[in-house]
Amino acid sequence: MKIGVYVCHCGGNISEVVDIKKLTASAEQQSEVAVVRDNAHMCSDVGRNLVLEDIKKHKLDRIVVAACSPQFHGKTFMDIVEKAGLSPYVFEMANIREQCSWPHFNEPDLATKKAKDLVSVALAKARLDESLSRKTMPIGKRVLVVGAGIAGIQAALDLGDAGFEVYLVEKEATIGGKMAQLSRTFPTEDCAACILSPKMADVPANPNITLFTNSEIEKVSGFLGNFEVIINKKPTYVNDQCVACGVCEEKCPVKIPNEFEQGLTNRRAIYVPFEFAVPYRYLIDESNCIYLKKGKCGNCKKVCPHDAVDFDQKAEKVELKVDTIIVATGYDIFDAKEKKVYGFGTNKNVITSLAMERMIVHEAEGRATREIGKRVAFIQCVGSRDEQIGNEYCSRICCMYATKLSQLLKRADPKKDVYVFYTDLRAFGKGFEEYYKRAQKTGVKFIRGRVAEVNEDSKTGRVTIKAEDTLARQIIESEFDLVVLSVGMTPGAGTRQAAEVLRMTKSPGGFLQEAHPKFKPVDTLNDGVFICGCAQGPKDIPDTVAQASAAASRAIRLMNKGVYAVEPITAVVDEDLCSGCGTCVSVCPYEAVKTEIKDDKRVAKVNEMLCQGCGSCSAACPSGASQQHWFMNKQLKAMVGAALGEEEK
Amino acid sequence: MKTNTEPKIVAFCCNWCSYAGADAAGTSRLQMKPHFRVIRAMCSSRIDPELILDTLKKGAWGVLVAGCHPGDCHYVTGNYRTQKRIALLKNLLTELGIAPQRVRLEWISANEGGKFQKVINEFIDEMTSLGPLQLPGRPTAKEAS
Ligand code: FES
Repeated sequence: MKIGVYVCHCGGNISEVVDIKKLTASAEQQSEVAVVRDNAHMCSDVGRNLVLEDIKKHKLDRIVVAACSPQFHGKTFMDIVEKAGLSPYVFEMANIREQCSWPHFNEPDLATKKAKDLVSVALAKARLDESLSRKTMPIGKRVLVVGAGIAGIQAALDLGDAGFEVYLVEKEATIGGKMAQLSRTFPTEDCAACILSPKMADVPANPNITLFTNSEIEKVSGFLGNFEVIINKKPTYVNDQCVACGVCEEKCPVKIPNEFEQGLTNRRAIYVPFEFAVPYRYLIDESNCIYLKKGKCGNCKKVCPHDAVDFDQKAEKVELKVDTIIVATGYDIFDAKEKKVYGFGTNKNVITSLAMERMIVHEAEGRATREIGKRVAFIQCVGSRDEQIGNEYCSRICCMYATKLSQLLKRADPKKDVYVFYTDLRAFGKGFEEYYKRAQKTGVKFIRGRVAEVNEDSKTGRVTIKAEDTLARQIIESEFDLVVLSVGMTPGAGTRQAAEVLRMTKSPGGFLQEAHPKFKPVDTLNDGVFICGCAQGPKDIPDTVAQASAAASRAIRLMNKGVYAVEPITAVVDEDLCSGCGTCVSVCPYEAVKTEIKDDKRVAKVNEMLCQGCGSCSAACPSGASQQHWFMNKQLKAMVGAALGEEEK
Repeated sequence: MKTNTEPKIVAFCCNWCSYAGADAAGTSRLQMKPHFRVIRAMCSSRIDPELILDTLKKGAWGVLVAGCHPGDCHYVTGNYRTQKRIALLKNLLTELGIAPQRVRLEWISANEGGKFQKVINEFIDEMTSLGPLQLPGRPTAKEAS
């Protein structure tokens, strides 16, 4: 056996703490070690070639790289080892950056000692590595996209256009998400509906996309290339005979606040979500329909000329098999009622920014739904950057949408007084700073200071704001006709549910966690599951669209070849040792182990296609017959020995 | 036999959550006492009680097993197995006269670098006050009490 050991300086990240000379000297002393080298950047081309050439020249058959985390560059080096003609599994990595030089930079001596041990651990495992080869598994071209806001729509269209079979699932009765509610988009001021509605229309027009609206994912099992999905299609009580003629709506006696319009207008119990909804079809809101609640009325059914109303419709379960999954479940706006000082919900002239979006749309369309008034104030960071309510993060959009809404108001009526009370004005995107300047020129007054008090005069309805102008160092107390709360984003109910159903890791703010913040921003720790848009974290529309296309292309990358590489770190049973007790069968989460009779003896057998390589069966096996490749009992024991400074034999 | 003065801790971490959590601690430059060595397995459920006993036998003062939070295991139910096995093992340790706190189970997710730091520092302190494990059948003065 000939082992090559390579120590990385990581441009000082490691070498400023760990004594590289001592480390290489100690590695040289270890048995079977034939070559020891160090390099400033092992992951660079130079570093990689060092390994490649040494393997050929010195006929090395095991490689240990002491550098960063295997989760960071493990694959890089495995690929090099494989390229040199060896099994990628005769490679081990000692994590002397994330788990040594960084967390112990104050203790260089102990860190050096630890680095030596970590190299010994890697060597102990490497000596026992088998020459496993990567296997390939067939994979199809079916993708589940969860959520059909702009993120899900973009991902689905990219995938559909590329020839992949897409199942797009949306919990609401229409696609479009939050973007459909916006007036204009910053900083270009495109009309949101005008740029979104053509994309929405492209969805049903795409032959590769199957759309499920009013539907939720109920269960997902399986894994990359083999996900089994159960979709719960909720009843709409209107079948596809509906041509949206609207006769039913006229006869419906129910009037309730329209959610899409933020309660500024009313809707009926049978309704179309909005004027450019897709699918453009009526549905009945079961919690408000008199017939569904009490068995009386049924006007809509009586008048429908197409017999489209079907009160007997039931929820339907649809089972699907898909190869990859994209989660684009978006956000909810922060519930401003939680921030009691602003009086949202009790003061009728305190509204959310989303309501203001709708009011601007209504004004522009000449169907104003409520008086805006002469003096308007925006309060920033409502539900964002606020440790008191537990949201530490910045929602990234509120500064710019307030900049947009305020100047739209001011431009529509220059006589209005429009104030924006902000904490910091963050105009970081392309064209944002310029857009902010424009707002200032339009005459919007930006005041730096958190608002301390908001009080509504019960007689006049006017709202007094008390705030400290922290730039002018003075207290401002002023009356407004309308106060707009710039509400932030929270991980929506859809995102929370997807996280649960798909068992995804969440970041501290509750948004979904990416596999790596820099290099795998749309991958997740669940193989074959990708994230995009505000499900991953607050972001604006351009970033959302970019991420959605990125998620689609990451999914295509896995599926396009028709096969994908799987790690051969499955369990294997030594039939001579196996007593056929079946303990392994009972612990396997994937039903990948079965017992069978072989030569008159009951033995366990692993289905390598199903085995995901957790190693639980190997841990449970009482006779040591079940072993996990690359994590064999003897390897783990050897590693423990090395970690504890046992001399290797 | 040479006397152990520095605590020796072995931390078995699952690949998907806790190993990444340990990395996250390092990436955030959270400082920890260096007396632990992380050994990576794919899932916490790979770590069998026998291996833990072997680790104690080989001189570890304490063994940490860290996995994904309940419900978050990459292999669906692996960490529930781990939980059961560790509970049984702790009973066994007690019977053997070994302080059960020498084996510690923690759920640490990929973003909980802070938790990893806290657990490690706490555990090292605790093991330092217990001192090295004397085997066989000779518990330290503190354990006997
Ligand atoms: S993968 Fe983390 S405990 Fe199973």
